[in-house]
Amino acid sequence: MSKLTLSRRRLLKAGAATGVALGAPLHFVKGAYAQDKMSCNMPTGSEVVLGFNVPQSGPYADEGADELRAYQMAVDILNGDSDADAISAFSGAGNLKGNGILGKKVTYVTGDTQTKSDAARASAQKMIEDGGAIMITGGSSSGVAIAVQSLCQERGVIFMAALTHSNDTTGKDKKRYGFRHFFNAYMSGEALGSVLAEEYGKERTAYHLTADYTWGWTQEESIKNATEKQGWQTAQAVRTPLGAGDFSQYITPVLNSGADVLVLNHYGKDMVNSLTQAVQFGLREKQVNGKDFQVVVPLFSELMAQGAGSAIKGILGTANWDWKLNNAGTKAFTQAFGKKYGQPPSQAAQTAFAQTILYADACERAGTFYAPEVIAALEGYEHDGLGNGPTLYRAEDHQCFKDVLVVQGKDDPKDKFDLLEIRKIVPRDEVTYDPSIFGGDLGPADAKQC
Amino acid sequence: MDALLLQLLNGLDKGGAYALIALGLTLVFGTLGVVNFAHGALFMMGAFCAVVFDRLLNVETVTIDETQTTPWGTPMEIREPYIQSLLGDFGAFLVDYSVPISIILAIPIMLIIGVIMERGLIRHFYSRPHADQILVTFGLAIVLQEIIKHFFGANPIPQAAPDVVNGSADIGAMLGLDGIIAYPWWRLIYFVFSLLCIAAVFAFLQFTTYGMVVRAGMRDRETVGLLGIDIEKRFTVVFGIAAVVAGLAGVMYTPILPPDYHMGMDFLVLSFVVVVVGGMGSLGGAVLAGFLLGILQSFASMTEVKSIFPGIDQIIIYLVAVLILLTLPRGLMGRRGVMED
Repeated sequence: MSKLTLSRRRLLKAGAATGVALGAPLHFVKGAYAQDKMSCNMPTGSEVVLGFNVPQSGPYADEGADELRAYQMAVDILNGDSDADAISAFSGAGNLKGNGILGKKVTYVTGDTQTKSDAARASAQKMIEDGGAIMITGGSSSGVAIAVQSLCQERGVIFMAALTHSNDTTGKDKKRYGFRHFFNAYMSGEALGSVLAEEYGKERTAYHLTADYTWGWTQEESIKNATEKQGWQTAQAVRTPLGAGDFSQYITPVLNSGADVLVLNHYGKDMVNSLTQAVQFGLREKQVNGKDFQVVVPLFSELMAQGAGSAIKGILGTANWDWKLNNAGTKAFTQAFGKKYGQPPSQAAQTAFAQTILYADACERAGTFYAPEVIAALEGYEHDGLGNGPTLYRAEDHQCFKDVLVVQGKDDPKDKFDLLEIRKIVPRDEVTYDPSIFGGDLGPADAKQC
Repeated sequence: MDALLLQLLNGLDKGGAYALIALGLTLVFGTLGVVNFAHGALFMMGAFCAVVFDRLLNVETVTIDETQTTPWGTPMEIREPYIQSLLGDFGAFLVDYSVPISIILAIPIMLIIGVIMERGLIRHFYSRPHADQILVTFGLAIVLQEIIKHFFGANPIPQAAPDVVNGSADIGAMLGLDGIIAYPWWRLIYFVFSLLCIAAVFAFLQFTTYGMVVRAGMRDRETVGLLGIDIEKRFTVVFGIAAVVAGLAGVMYTPILPPDYHMGMDFLVLSFVVVVVGGMGSLGGAVLAGFLLGILQSFASMTEVKSIFPGIDQIIIYLVAVLILLTLPRGLMGRRGVMED
C-alpha cells in the first residue's frame, strides 16, 4: 500500500492550477458573468416572450383590439417579418435590427383584462407564470394599470402601461417596474386650462360630473386646479357611478346650478352617454350668466367619439396623440398601420406600439434582458420620432413628457376617423411638473426570480 | 320648483323603461313560471333592430377614386348613401325617421326571436328548479350579447331621433310657469310611448278572448287545459309578446342611450328589483313599481338630497326594495302563492 504524501508546496501548486482551470474559460465567454444576473423569465432559449394584457371583452374591447393590432405590428417589425418603415423616424431605430430583441425571436401571449382590476391581475399573473412573459404591456383603465403595475413590481416583471390617464399611475402608486408613455390628467389640465380661458373667457363657473374612481378623481382635481388658476369658479363637482348609463338625473341639476360650463370627467361609454344626454337636454343652446353654455370633455378617445356622433361637434378636450399630426414619426406609423389594417391608428394603438418599441430598444441598449438594467436604460431616456416629438422618460416617476394636444370635435368630419381636429400643440415644458407633487415611492429595482 | 319638475319628468321616462322591461319579465313569470334572465338581452336586441334598420338605410355605394389617396397611400374610397340617391327626399325622410320606423321591423323580428327562444330552449326548463332557469337564461343572455358584439363591436352606436324632435321642449311654457324649463322632446315621447305600450298589453289581456284565456291560465293552468285549450301554445305567444314589448322599449330607447351589446345587462338587475317590488307575476305591480322606483331614483340624485344622505342615489332602489319586502313580503301587488312553494 502506497502512502499519499501532500507537501505544502504541492498543495499550493494544485490550488493555483485548479483556480486557473476553473476561471479561465469565463474570460472567453461574452457576458458570462452577466448571466449570473437573472431576473424573472429571462429567456434561456432562442425566443423571448412578451405579454399583451388588453381588454378583449367588456366596454373597451375595441380599444383592446386596436392595441393588439399595434402590438402585432411591433412584433413583426422587431422580428424583421415586415419592413421597419413605421419606426424609420425613431431616434433609436438603429438599435433594432429586425432580428428580434438581442437576437432572440419575439413571441407573445395575450390576456383579457375585461377592464376589471382583478381579472387583469389574474391574466397578467398567468402570462408571467404559465406564459413566461418577461414584460407585460396593455390596459385601458387606470384602475387596471395600477393593479397590474403593483403585481409586476412584486414579480419583478417590467410593465409598460398603455391607456392610463390617472395621475396616480406615475404619482402616489408609481412603481420602479412600471412605465407610462401616455399623458396624465395633470397634463390635460395644464394644456386645456389656458385654451379654455382664451376660448370661453376668464369669468366662468364650471360644474363637474366625475366618474367615481381613481382616474375621475385625479382628472377632476387637475381640471379644477387648472381652470381656477385661470379665474374660473367651480359651482359643484358631482361623482357619478361608473357605467351609470342614463345620466339624466345628474344633468338636470346642472340646469339650475348657475354654472355656465359642464366638465365631463368621463371616459369611454360614460363619456358617450353623458355627452349625448347633455346635448339632448339642450345645454349647448342654453345661455347662462349672459354667456353661451359650454361642455368640455378633458380626455377624448377617437373610438368613443364615434359613439357620441354629432354631439362631439365643437367640444374641446385633450389627446395624447392624433394620426393627423404633421411629424415624421406620426406619418411613418400611420402609413404603415393604414396599409396593414386599412384604417388609421387610434391613440391607444400608438401608445401600445411606442411602449413595445421602447422596451425592445432599452434591452438592446442595456445589452441584456436583466430587468434592473433595462429599467436603468429606460429611466431618463430622451428619444424622438415615435410620433409625439421629443420625449423624455423621466427617471423620478417613469412618466413620459412630451407635447400634449388640445383637440376639438370637427363640425364637418369627412368620415368616422376624422372626428377631431388639432386646435393646439401645447409644448412639453408647459405640462412638465415637479414629480414630488404627487408623492409616491418607486420602490426597489431588485431583480426577482418570479 | 323647476328642479323638482325636471326630476319628476326624469323619473317618469326612466320609470317608463323600467316598467316596460319589468312588464315583459313578470308576464313571462306569471304565465310560464320562468325566471327569464335573458329578458334584458331582448331589450338590447330590440335596440339593435333600430341599428340594423339604420344601417340598411345607410347602405353606401363605394367607388374607388384613383386620383385621390388616403394618408397611408391607398386609393380613396368615395362613399355615397344609396337610398337617398335612389329615393330622393323620401329616402332622406326614411333616414331621418329611422328609429320610429324601425318599430315596424322590430315587431315581427322580436316576435320570432321570442317564439324561437321559448320553443327551442326555455320550454325544456319549465319543470326544472328556478335556479336552473336562471342559469340557462343568463347563459343565453351572454351568448346573445357576444353575438351582437361580434357583429357590431363593443362601442356604443349612436342613433339620432328625428330632427323635428331632436331638441328640447319648453315645459315651463307648456305649464304656464315662469322661465324656461327645457326637457328633451324624445324623452317625453318615450314616456308617452311606454304608457301606450302598457295600455296595449293590458287591453289585450283584459278585452280579448285570447287575453282572457291567458289570464285564466295564469290563475289555474290545469283547469284551462282540462277545458281542451292548448294553453302552452298561448303561453308561447305570450312569451313572444313579452319579447316584442322589451324589443320596442329597446328600439325607442336608442336616441336616449346609444346602444351597445351590454345595455340589456345594465337594465336587467333593476328590472328584477322592479318585478320583486311590484310583486312576482303582478302586471299592475310591475308598472307601479317601475314608475315609483324611477321617480325615487331621480329625486335621490338631487344635490339637496345627496348633501343630507351622501351616496343615496346609488342605493335608493335597493333600500326601498328592502323596506317594501319587509312590510309587504309579496311586494306591492303580489298574489298569494306565487313563488312561495
